[in-house]
Amino acid sequence: MSFSKINDDILRTLHAPGRWWYVGLLAALSALSFGAYAFMIQATTGLGVAGYEHPILWGIYITDFVFWVGIAHSGTLISAVLFLFRARWRTAVARASEAMTVFAVCTAGLFPIIHIGRPWFFYWLIPYPNERQLWVNFRSPLVWDVFAITTYLTVSAMFLYLGLMPDIAAARDKIKDWRRPIYKLLSFGWLGTSKQWRHYTALYGFFAALATPLVISVHSVVSWDFAVSILPGWHSTIFAPYFVAGAIFSGLAMVITLLVPMRKIFKLESYITVHHFENLAKLMLTTSLIVGYAYMVEFFVAWYSGSRFEQGTFYDRMFGQYWAYSWMMFFCNVILPLSLFFKAVRGNLAPLFIVSIFVNIGMWLERYVIIVTSLSHDFDPANWAGVYQPTWIEGAITIGSFGMFFTLFLLFVKNFPAVSITEMKEAETLDRPHEATSA
Amino acid sequence: MATEATVLGIFDDGRPAANAAKALREAGLGQITAYSPVPDHNVEHAMHDSVSPVRTFVLVGGLVGCFLGFAFPIYTVLDWPMITGGKPLISIPAFVVIAFELTILIGAISGMLSFLGMAGLPRLTGQPAPDPSFTNDKFGLSVVCDAGQAAAVREQLEQYGATEIRE
Repeated sequence: MSFSKINDDILRTLHAPGRWWYVGLLAALSALSFGAYAFMIQATTGLGVAGYEHPILWGIYITDFVFWVGIAHSGTLISAVLFLFRARWRTAVARASEAMTVFAVCTAGLFPIIHIGRPWFFYWLIPYPNERQLWVNFRSPLVWDVFAITTYLTVSAMFLYLGLMPDIAAARDKIKDWRRPIYKLLSFGWLGTSKQWRHYTALYGFFAALATPLVISVHSVVSWDFAVSILPGWHSTIFAPYFVAGAIFSGLAMVITLLVPMRKIFKLESYITVHHFENLAKLMLTTSLIVGYAYMVEFFVAWYSGSRFEQGTFYDRMFGQYWAYSWMMFFCNVILPLSLFFKAVRGNLAPLFIVSIFVNIGMWLERYVIIVTSLSHDFDPANWAGVYQPTWIEGAITIGSFGMFFTLFLLFVKNFPAVSITEMKEAETLDRPHEATSA
Repeated sequence: MATEATVLGIFDDGRPAANAAKALREAGLGQITAYSPVPDHNVEHAMHDSVSPVRTFVLVGGLVGCFLGFAFPIYTVLDWPMITGGKPLISIPAFVVIAFELTILIGAISGMLSFLGMAGLPRLTGQPAPDPSFTNDKFGLSVVCDAGQAAAVREQLEQYGATEIRE
């Protein structure tokens, strides 16, 4: 493929996207409005409209928070880790997953605010001395979270923007309609001189090198929100690697869920091929095996620890009042992904898409199971009777979060190159037969 | 006083552009600016561009972030001492998390700002690139030289396969 064909093909996605894009956007905006309406009721009435009941004071909102932070992880895996490993197939899917990362972190970041009783005081989490000169508690994992999530959002947004800059310049020089001045502004006046490219490639490498440990640290910190407490079922040293693997697993599933329709709507079949999906599926299978292993180690450690509370929590998880969630989680995250061992499943978009949806559901359930079953089965048997019953408000806000995520993603793919033009062209030069350089 | 001329050569590929840039440099003809739609090692090599100093900024930013990540929590616990959880006021393991995140955050921000500064961005006024096809599929060499040398520059560009030459 020639450079100009790549340029034209990808920039074509910035024009009229067809009926299904509008259908998707309408659905996403409706979901978002529904969630916003529910949040308005909660903000004016109070947190009592959510189903919180002592001792279950973390529920669906924290589940949603961990779920969305997890979704964010595969974007950085694909754009940074695979870049460092020189896995060239990442080129086709990197941009969409980076954008997905940024939007998922934006969505996740709202949930701690939704979860607190007085959301208008969320800035109390930011370390500044308040009127009594009191600082935040830096020994608290919740403060670590603030640092980890804001760092992740900032770095992944800068990483996405850096990659976009030459592509926006390509759009600026090609698109003639009213968006041209906007692209001109957003391209920062990129010229593509050899001097600019030299600094660009250097920085891109450093961003990849910085984002790789960052992505591991972020979900580790999220897991320590749980593991640093002493609650049975949470107080575990395997939580950090277990959560990181789970995050990448769920993120890869979301990438597949998004890319299958995106490729169809924008007719990018010659750029995002079945080969790319197969590679994503292989990564998903690998992380699924790690997650399945972690589930079993949790049970083993609970038994081997000899702690009756730990054993009780895990027995309750599988056979107590929340058993259906746990078995469903186990099926979606461990059993069903085993089908990816078969090429007929992973090399075929329809079954792969269905598996990815189930993994999304399973990973959401995993966080729900971890949070709710442990809280409902703590050290005090008098607390064990309560059953957490989520209300429609919590459901609506969860639906709204999907609405927000899909709205942002749909607007992005319509208005910015959803496949990296620069990297596609670069891959094209690498595919040419190697000649002796005369320079 | 010799007047200046700008000669622009447009190439279909990076390699001839790199060869032409090399030849022009060796002949000492004018100031060259190379444009390309993708980063091209041949062109960069021919332009004798040195290693980008972005890395120094990332390192220094990272070290500053690491220092701040320890110094700031330590300052706050000493400013308003309050024991929680029976832990020492200065709990280094807890602060490692803050230091780690700030190392990356400030390293990345410092790298980004240094990139923008050295690449001359944002550049919202001034001349656009001499040809819009440089973000699409063409490579270009823009040579600023004395008016008297323009013919020699043209000849070099032609010799190395420029598909279009403008003055």
